[in-house]
Amino acid sequence: MNIETIIFYFLAFIALASGAFVVLSQHLVRSVFMFFVTLFAVAGLYVFALADFVALTQVVIYVGGVLVLLLFAFLLSSKQSLEGMEKIPSGLLSAHRLPAAIISLAFLFLLCFVFFQIDFENLSWITSAKAKENVILVTDNTIRNIGINLMSKYLLPLEMVSILLLMVLVGAAHIARREPNL
Amino acid sequence: MIPLQHFLFISAALFSLGLFAIITRKNAIQILMGIELMINASILNIVAFGKYDKIDNTGQVFGLFIIVLAAAAVAVALVIIMNLYKRVKTIDPNQTNLLKG
Repeated sequence: MNIETIIFYFLAFIALASGAFVVLSQHLVRSVFMFFVTLFAVAGLYVFALADFVALTQVVIYVGGVLVLLLFAFLLSSKQSLEGMEKIPSGLLSAHRLPAAIISLAFLFLLCFVFFQIDFENLSWITSAKAKENVILVTDNTIRNIGINLMSKYLLPLEMVSILLLMVLVGAAHIARREPNL
Repeated sequence: MIPLQHFLFISAALFSLGLFAIITRKNAIQILMGIELMINASILNIVAFGKYDKIDNTGQVFGLFIIVLAAAAVAVALVIIMNLYKRVKTIDPNQTNLLKG
């Protein structure tokens, strides 16, 4: 039990506990702010999966962009949604929450069952990657390799994503504009 | 090293939490947050498998693409929610029944 595993399970606990708070809290503002904590903890888990660049991108885009957008949308429609929140009965296993809890627990059980069945360390592509030393180590610097791959091997998906982002920009501005005869 | 299965269990738990949020919540913004939670769980999965691909970096590159696509989807969905609020004065998906036949 070294310090690495302790930090990993601490981060996992924070991610799951704050995610449960996001899901169960009746207060919209609290759940939005708790979502910050969840995203930071999941970014820490990405670091433990040796994907530091993805973790940084998560912090920049999700925490910096998406959550600010969520907060803006909440502020622009807050009063109605806060009044609507009061009527929801609390309690994890109240009548309208019980089917959802059963469905999600069954799904979790199914996923965990599948993960227990498979022996991941002996899958063919993982053993071949280990044999060829194709495994990212803790001391490796992956960002340079990611940049080279983005500009050579994954150039077509990158261009498609950029075109999609342009379409989203134009489309969002078009939908959000004030209509003259509404 | 952390074994691969532990990442998968954590991402399965996060995914189930997101599913629970999507089913129970009565607020479009919170449903969107549930979807984001599910997307984060799938990124954790794909990145954990991406450790075994040092040369091509497939897992990490597509994790980046998923983050970008999720951000674009959130932008469009929030614009649609704002428009919905302007028209029908609610963001509860159960009460927006204008398209019901």
